[in-house]
Amino acid sequence: MVFDSLAGAVGNTPLVRLRSLEPGGVEIHAKLEWFNPGGSVKDRAGLQIIRESVEKLRGRTLIDSTSGNTGIAYAWIGAALRVPVALVMPENVSEARKRIVRAFGAQVIYSDPLETSDGAIRLARQLVREQPDRWFYADQYSNEANPRAHELGTAREIWDQTGGRVTHAVVGIGTGGTIMGVGRGLRARNRRVQIVAVEPAEALHGLEGLKHMPSSIVPAIYKESELDRKLSIPTDAGWDMAERLARDEGLFAGHSAGAAAFGAQLVAREIAERGETGVVVTLFPDRADRYIAPA
Amino acid sequence: MPITVKIPAPLRSLTANQSEVAVENAATVQDALEELSRKYPGLKDRLLDEKGALRRYVNLFRNDEDIRHGRGLATSLAEGDKLTIVPAIAGGC
Repeated sequence: MVFDSLAGAVGNTPLVRLRSLEPGGVEIHAKLEWFNPGGSVKDRAGLQIIRESVEKLRGRTLIDSTSGNTGIAYAWIGAALRVPVALVMPENVSEARKRIVRAFGAQVIYSDPLETSDGAIRLARQLVREQPDRWFYADQYSNEANPRAHELGTAREIWDQTGGRVTHAVVGIGTGGTIMGVGRGLRARNRRVQIVAVEPAEALHGLEGLKHMPSSIVPAIYKESELDRKLSIPTDAGWDMAERLARDEGLFAGHSAGAAAFGAQLVAREIAERGETGVVVTLFPDRADRYIAPA
Repeated sequence: MPITVKIPAPLRSLTANQSEVAVENAATVQDALEELSRKYPGLKDRLLDEKGALRRYVNLFRNDEDIRHGRGLATSLAEGDKLTIVPAIAGGC
């Protein structure tokens, strides 16, 4: 395949069956989003947001708050499509992430680590307020291009890859963009598909990329009324499942993927206990490589 | 002179929204956490697991030093030290 730029390689990720997690009669499949060029699901939202922003930039630098994967997506897509990018990140993001985004030429501004990702949101808003002629605020938390990327892309792919058999989608909430878009895209094809969100059980958690909504700034794009259900997953359950996926499936999945798989298995077991069949699809945002600290 | 403990945003619901709290009588990090827990019930459980070890996704710094690189919870504290609780991950998205 030949692409005009690497941006053409975003999406169309593989769907892989997770037989080791399946109870009898229910299939579990995972969409492996680390196959995107930037290594995470956030390439989809990043690309859609940048594409829809280009006309509005008028010489300004695109700025957004991020704890990592969105930053990497903006940084490489910005380089590929020649859009200047600045990122506001909590200072405790991993050294690897800092180096990756700098390699693509993105400008990095650090926010107070004790204020977590909400602190980065507040700092980005403040910078844009102070210098509206300098910054174009992409705002992944409020930008409808974020869920749209998944409604147009991810959902269609899941539908095609399961031959329209998907019955449940189990997806983690970060900005909420993935689950909102996947939900809308699947429901447009089959009203009965169940949309199940996975969120960290605790406010202080270790499931990077996921947001504990009750203690966070709730993103404007996140509409809880569109969910059928929300599962609270403890950090340890997500981490243990990530280790199991590596051992049993050869999938070196990140912690948020572990939590999503844990949730998918929970849903699959309930379906099996009711004596029904189903096709549960979950989504693995990134690979565990991203969380290995340099020695 | 007390020791100052800096509290990250996700735990401030347990400290009446204070971002800094004081600990009076702590010779070690462990002592500081015990005293904190008496003042703010529930705080210790968020930081330590059921075996009493620091949770994998929590970092504690004495001034600028990560206690995992030193003596862990046995790290000694002196008057005027600052103890900072930092989530190991940046969170959000």
